[in-house]
Amino acid sequence: MTTRTLPLSLLISLLGLAAGCGGSHHGRTLPGGETASLPLLPWQAGRPRAPTIESPLVALVGGTVMTAAGQVIPNGVVVFEDGLIVAVGSADDIAIPDGATVMDAHGRFVTPGVIDTHSHMGVYPVPGLSAHDDGNEATDPVTPQVRAIDSFWPQDPSLARAIAAGVTTIEVLPGSANLIGGAGEIFHMHLGRTATEMEFPGAPDTMKMACGENPKRVYGERHTFPSTRMGNMAGYRIAFQHAAEYGTAWAHWQEERQAWQGNQDRWESAHGEQLQSIDAGRDAASSEDDAEDPGPAPAPPARDFGLELLLGAIEGRVMVQMHCYRADEMARMIEISHEFGFRIRSFHHAVEAYKIRDLLAAEDISISTWADWWGFKAEAFDAIPENLALLTQAGVRGVVHSDSEMLVQRLPQEAAKAMTAGREHGIEVTEDQALRWLTANPAWTLGLDDRLGTLEVGRIADVVVWSGSPFSVYTHADLVYVDGILEHDRARDGAAPITDFEVGLDLEPEGPVPPSPTTAGGAR
Amino acid sequence: MITTTKLALSLAIVFVALPASAQPRPRVVAPPLPVFAITGARLRTGDGPALENATVVVRGERIVSVGAGAAAPSGATVLDASGLTLTAGLISLMTPIGLAEIELESSTRDTGHEGDDADAIRAAFSAADGYNPLSVLIPVARLGGLTTALSVPDGGFIPGTSAWVDLAGRTPASVREPVAALHINFDDEGFTAEHGARSAAMLALRELFDDARLYARSRAQYDRGEFRDTDVSRLDLERVVMALNHEIPVVVRTARSTDIVRVIALAAEYGLALVLAGAEEGWMVAQEIADAHVPVIVEPLADLPTRFSAIHQRYDNAALLSSHGVDVMLMAPGAWDIRNLRQEAGNAVAAGMDWDAALRGVTSLPARVFGMDADYGSVAPGKLANLVLWSGDPFELTTAVRRVIVRGGELPLRSRQTELFERYRTLETTHRGYREDFAVHAAPSEPELVDEDD
Repeated sequence: MTTRTLPLSLLISLLGLAAGCGGSHHGRTLPGGETASLPLLPWQAGRPRAPTIESPLVALVGGTVMTAAGQVIPNGVVVFEDGLIVAVGSADDIAIPDGATVMDAHGRFVTPGVIDTHSHMGVYPVPGLSAHDDGNEATDPVTPQVRAIDSFWPQDPSLARAIAAGVTTIEVLPGSANLIGGAGEIFHMHLGRTATEMEFPGAPDTMKMACGENPKRVYGERHTFPSTRMGNMAGYRIAFQHAAEYGTAWAHWQEERQAWQGNQDRWESAHGEQLQSIDAGRDAASSEDDAEDPGPAPAPPARDFGLELLLGAIEGRVMVQMHCYRADEMARMIEISHEFGFRIRSFHHAVEAYKIRDLLAAEDISISTWADWWGFKAEAFDAIPENLALLTQAGVRGVVHSDSEMLVQRLPQEAAKAMTAGREHGIEVTEDQALRWLTANPAWTLGLDDRLGTLEVGRIADVVVWSGSPFSVYTHADLVYVDGILEHDRARDGAAPITDFEVGLDLEPEGPVPPSPTTAGGAR
Repeated sequence: MITTTKLALSLAIVFVALPASAQPRPRVVAPPLPVFAITGARLRTGDGPALENATVVVRGERIVSVGAGAAAPSGATVLDASGLTLTAGLISLMTPIGLAEIELESSTRDTGHEGDDADAIRAAFSAADGYNPLSVLIPVARLGGLTTALSVPDGGFIPGTSAWVDLAGRTPASVREPVAALHINFDDEGFTAEHGARSAAMLALRELFDDARLYARSRAQYDRGEFRDTDVSRLDLERVVMALNHEIPVVVRTARSTDIVRVIALAAEYGLALVLAGAEEGWMVAQEIADAHVPVIVEPLADLPTRFSAIHQRYDNAALLSSHGVDVMLMAPGAWDIRNLRQEAGNAVAAGMDWDAALRGVTSLPARVFGMDADYGSVAPGKLANLVLWSGDPFELTTAVRRVIVRGGELPLRSRQTELFERYRTLETTHRGYREDFAVHAAPSEPELVDEDD
């Protein structure tokens, strides 16, 4: 399909060089071919990479510990400090460290924090005002250059509700109006003043794509491309072809740059210490016969942020999150991914995934879906509640996602429904497996499974203490730790913390009261 | 506010005007009615502790006896319900079940007038005339333990009248009460239809009720063309007259606390049998609602400031209203989603609502409020046998429905979804076209980005 001569890491290091040096490259030394710097886009350079977390030493003692890694430990202990889990096991085996804050979890359940792979919180916040419609850049069906983080409003009240429901990590995606909606962003659920304060440090890049009814409806109603499913598919191919050609253009530039550098080196070598004067005026060197003046370095191609995201998908650095309902469309998207050499990390919604579960297992694509949403649109008509159970049975990583600021508050209930639906039809789904739909599998979907999703030593201390079984409708999240920091304490905070938006909305719930000297308003 | 006797009386009058298909049909030859007995069940009535080891005997469509440990009558089919929990079938409210097949496909919707020129007020629009008992949504709903529903039109300011339906059957006879209630959207959707302002909507209501009140005593003048100009049709006025005469309740969907208080005052002024729906900010005026004896229909999971008309909605709204003595019914938001009514009820309990009150809110209370309690809403002698057997606590999501009985007849636990599941239970037998493995090109063994020098 496309031909490339260099690994992307080198290409990008050249990009960085190109961006850094505007004029003459005389006298500069190019980096070696083994350069392995991370492929940073300009906005990535400033991202927090290795934060130092200082969180207290906490021991959760006596609860039923569900690790999402195969273990359910009655009377268990989880210990964490400075953001990381340091011990997990039975109370019989784990000594409580001196100085630990001991939280009694008897009668309660302890699990990893819930991870939602599909959220529009912050980009479609509540209240649903026209001023808040920031989730779809629906002016062009292909907008890989836009980033969800740039729309994200950290004062969305939904965020606080989600934390109070045990959600510790979310992937916020652009909407599904576009074939390629833009870059998603992964947030760690510490409420903050800015999007950057909530950004998950070091999380992989993600890209939202959408197939099916939404793009063709949005653009079809305007009588513009695409208005059909074949238009959708053509749109992906065109976009990825551009990205591949973009990569080729940089590769060619890199070849030319290397060739130029060779000439430059020969020329410099031939001229030795005359270089300084050459730099000052070229005519002085023109009499040399064994090396030709290479002239100015070849100019790099124009940089295109959107194509770089697509190229990142081709290179496997960007996790492709693909909204797709129907089995036949998912299969077609897999074919397109093979044509262009990118991988689909997860199909989202994917209500017909059960029909092609063998294919999905072979492709190692996770399925982010609901327990039982169905029928609200034609492409959701064949949804069945056993979807997740069948996928799990077939070895596909299932994920319970929300796509909803309401549903994100009860994801364990959704897992309970999907687990029960399978069991009622003789498909054994363990509670550990159902818990993985909420934790370990979404962590993999986001490329964070080495850091999140299970209660194991060394993992990030995103931990929830539930008032009862997480699968009971009557259960609440009592304690929610993110990076080992207590972000929600139901006894302390009540139903949920509030964001700025909800401050001062109800200052007069009881009406006027008789004045007294101590209730006077005004300055202190 | 609504008295059962009044409603029952007026409903009798309504029936006279109904098509014969909607009336109970007398049997010319009466074969012996089938009799079955559910035994060993844990019966929850919503009125306190469970009745353990309950025996419920059903003859034909109706329950004939309920008792603890009673023996099944001789000759009765016995359904052993040991270990199972028995409740009345749940009743869904406030969704267009049977009026819409695929929400986003207008060709499948009969929920109301559509298009930019649709009237804001269509009081005479009757859900009963469009209700589809063969909707694929209905078997799915039954698998959530629902046996009965209010099928409610939507859109505009006054979408029309709802129908009380049994979630079984193949004919329009599934509609058991064609004109169950008049519905008004005194909320953002209705305000938009009525020129975008609350005051405009209130004005429209007053005009409508005033016109209908005058019309009720001026039909002759109306027919002679001597009636004042109105914005609505004669049949719209007839429907509103039914509401003014307390023949049907008026369900007003409204959210903001001040709107709730104003609507209560308006209903008192015109003598309407008011039911509030939504009532997201109801907890702020719970005492006013309780004092006016207005029942409310609440969606327990609605807890976010999703719009400025409901900026104070909270998770424990149902619990707070209930604790003030308000009669609280519960609802799930959409027709395709009504099987999750029990999840809504469970969450209401999680937020502090009494368990029995929550069960009443999805069974006996809707039956009473909509004047159907002679037949519906409880497991008691004389009532229709609309029953559900559960594997455990009906509100727990790890509980499954084990039997569904509507009007004494058992329905299979099947839906289009279970049929699809069976079709794909194994992939061995699915249609697979040419390919033995996957109907997709195999992945290339190497990335396609090859080094030119290789």
